[in-house]
Amino acid sequence: MAKIMFVNRNAPHGTIYAWEGLEVVLIFGAYENELAAVYMDDAVFSLKKGQDTSALGIKGFVQTLPVLEDYGCEKIYVDKESMEKRGLKTDDFAIPVEVMDSAGIGKIMEEQDVLLPF
Amino acid sequence: MLHIVNKSPYMKSSLESCIRVAQKDAPILLIEDAVLGAAAGGGAETLVKSALKDHPVYALSADISARGLAGNLTPGVKVIDYADFVDLVEQHKPMTWL
Amino acid sequence: MKIGVMIQEGPYNHEASDTAYKFVEAALAKGHTIQGVFMYDDAVTNVAKHMEPPQDDRHIARRWSELGAKGVDIVVCVAAAKRRGMKPELIVDNTRISGLGQLSEICTEAERVVTFGD
Repeated sequence: MAKIMFVNRNAPHGTIYAWEGLEVVLIFGAYENELAAVYMDDAVFSLKKGQDTSALGIKGFVQTLPVLEDYGCEKIYVDKESMEKRGLKTDDFAIPVEVMDSAGIGKIMEEQDVLLPF
Repeated sequence: MLHIVNKSPYMKSSLESCIRVAQKDAPILLIEDAVLGAAAGGGAETLVKSALKDHPVYALSADISARGLAGNLTPGVKVIDYADFVDLVEQHKPMTWL
Repeated sequence: MKIGVMIQEGPYNHEASDTAYKFVEAALAKGHTIQGVFMYDDAVTNVAKHMEPPQDDRHIARRWSELGAKGVDIVVCVAAAKRRGMKPELIVDNTRISGLGQLSEICTEAERVVTFGD
């Protein structure tokens, strides 16, 4: 068993990383690992409520976010500085998250066995 | 933890974010375009110098040479090869800041 | 030490595949075991069989195939491959297509997992 953290830093939709990163979480949920995710830098926008990708023809993933917990990814952290810098508040997010300062994020990262950036 | 950064600090904030969350004494390795930030006299020198206060900073020699930066790095940045890169990974869990 | 590798970018556009290759080569030279090289996102095209770069350039697919021949497990993600039109008959020898479960196993088995991408 390993402690695995998904470190999301890319914005949604402009590139595929947020979506394919989420697909990894959904598969990893079937295995005996301890999963966590952190959203920082532009990835904080991946959690935003009200995303509508229909005009892009891209399958959105905001509706997938609430199931992360069911897939074993119970801890979802958001980097406070990234969030504030982009004018976002916790109410803006589609799912409950734990907001952490830089030192807190650094400490949690240090506790992991594997860090997968997306 | 070993923090690996591959982006030029002039284009993306990866190095800045890395420095912000990295714990004291955790090594930072600059690879690919991130080595551009290690060039002496550039605008990123302040950022690299601030990193050097709390972290050992390494840069990959192949990427430095490829970009014509050999011998022109911010003092304190240690130049290493791929074998040293492997040693750093052996000593620390890696996190890549893309 | 058992080291796993994930690559997220395809050949030539990005340096990721080159750095990963040099890293794996150096790790093997030092006697480490490569638990697997997992090609995700656009990295699935790193092993495209019909790749034909100019003769004076490195042949990225051949490099991975040669490492595969030496016993390194080169795994191409099936979901990412399908998206990008990569099929078993289109990948170089000594590499294989499999699921994200392989990445999960690499994360569990390896003592270190290094990601190369953009």
